[in-house]
Amino acid sequence: MTIVEKEAARIRIAKRIAQELEEMPKPLFANLGVGIPTMVPEYIKSEEVYIQAENGILGVGPPAAPGKEDRNLIDAGRRPITERKGCSYFDSATSFGMIRGGHIDVTVIGALEVDQEGNIANWIIPNGKQLGVGGAMDLVTGAKSVIVAMTHTTGDGKSKILSRCTLPITGYGALDLLVTELAVMRFVEGKLVLEEIAPEITLDELRQLTDARFHVANDLKVMKD
Amino acid sequence: MPIDCKKLKSIKEAISLIKPGARIMVGGFGNAGVPNMLIEALTESGARDLTIISNDLGSPGVGLGKLLRNKQVKGVIGSYFNWNPEVAEAFNNGEIEVTLIPQGTMAEAIRAAGVGIPAFYTPTGVGTELAKGKETKTFNGKECVLQEAIGADFSLIKAHKSDELGNLVYYKTARNFNPLMAMGAVVTIAEVDEIVPTGSLDPECIVTPHIFVDILCLGR
Repeated sequence: MTIVEKEAARIRIAKRIAQELEEMPKPLFANLGVGIPTMVPEYIKSEEVYIQAENGILGVGPPAAPGKEDRNLIDAGRRPITERKGCSYFDSATSFGMIRGGHIDVTVIGALEVDQEGNIANWIIPNGKQLGVGGAMDLVTGAKSVIVAMTHTTGDGKSKILSRCTLPITGYGALDLLVTELAVMRFVEGKLVLEEIAPEITLDELRQLTDARFHVANDLKVMKD
Repeated sequence: MPIDCKKLKSIKEAISLIKPGARIMVGGFGNAGVPNMLIEALTESGARDLTIISNDLGSPGVGLGKLLRNKQVKGVIGSYFNWNPEVAEAFNNGEIEVTLIPQGTMAEAIRAAGVGIPAFYTPTGVGTELAKGKETKTFNGKECVLQEAIGADFSLIKAHKSDELGNLVYYKTARNFNPLMAMGAVVTIAEVDEIVPTGSLDPECIVTPHIFVDILCLGR
């Protein structure tokens, strides 16, 4: 059963995270993972959100136009990008110094699973075909705030928000905010708290689609598109 | 004015210094900042049993992917091999050893090797599979993992311009691991697009001082 169609779900998640970034203090330094997170800047109006990519640039501009790609100007997902005015380049140690050193305010990442302990699993599915961690562990450890952007369930309808992650963990207790197409949950004082719910479903239906135990905010709101 | 560069060697001559079994760092992230001409020559040299230290191993048959296909690689140390599924394949077949390290930890470990720091503690990866078997210690209530420096016999790096002494400047996101690897190996071989007269690079803009560069090769 599809509650929100796939592309609409991705856009809803990206817009909601853009709103979150708009509300954070400025200037804001953000690192964006691959997938839904890279859609977020499209919905940000503030001039003071600066995007860092861990391969060594602060001040990522929009994607390069077709035919204008420079193979030596890419983001961490190897996408051809452009420079924003005032951008700078640096080596990988400096880049991760920004991340690990707590200078990056927020990272927006995708995840395979999160759980009610705030654990995030996003680096590997142990099937023998993947051998990569990249900057995932550095980001969830070092960024001041960690926002997870993911669809609520797997392709076959299983909850990705669990009581305990089943996949190898990227960061323990690293989660701050989780945005899916069906819910906005904040990890506060060791608890998952539902703050917003999609207009298409009831709280009972959300509980059925969510394995994790979560609390409900007193002023529960409805998500907007 | 003719270029007077004592460090300039042909690519073939530079690569001939690398013997089988060598431990080699190679710069680059994806396809950006990869010393492709040096890798090409290393593939042609046929030197085997190499340990490669690099963020990734390129794509199948591309960049460092060539060395892997040519069965010259004994082990790899890096952070992200998902762009080249042949790495996992070779690992699963028992053909190569693979050490995965979080990207930031790897960058710092290479830097550490170059700056005389044998090991350091980092909060990254605590409690995860990648920290298994590593010592931990708590600082200010935060548990950290001990990571040893990662050095090498050679580093093959890519820079944009060099002066005749070997002072290097880079180009956009082609910088990545290259300046760190220039410091982290016993012998650093830099592939550059251009060599310009000493004095023509703004000293304030030089990223890698020539003390870290042993051999220069023209990459085009």
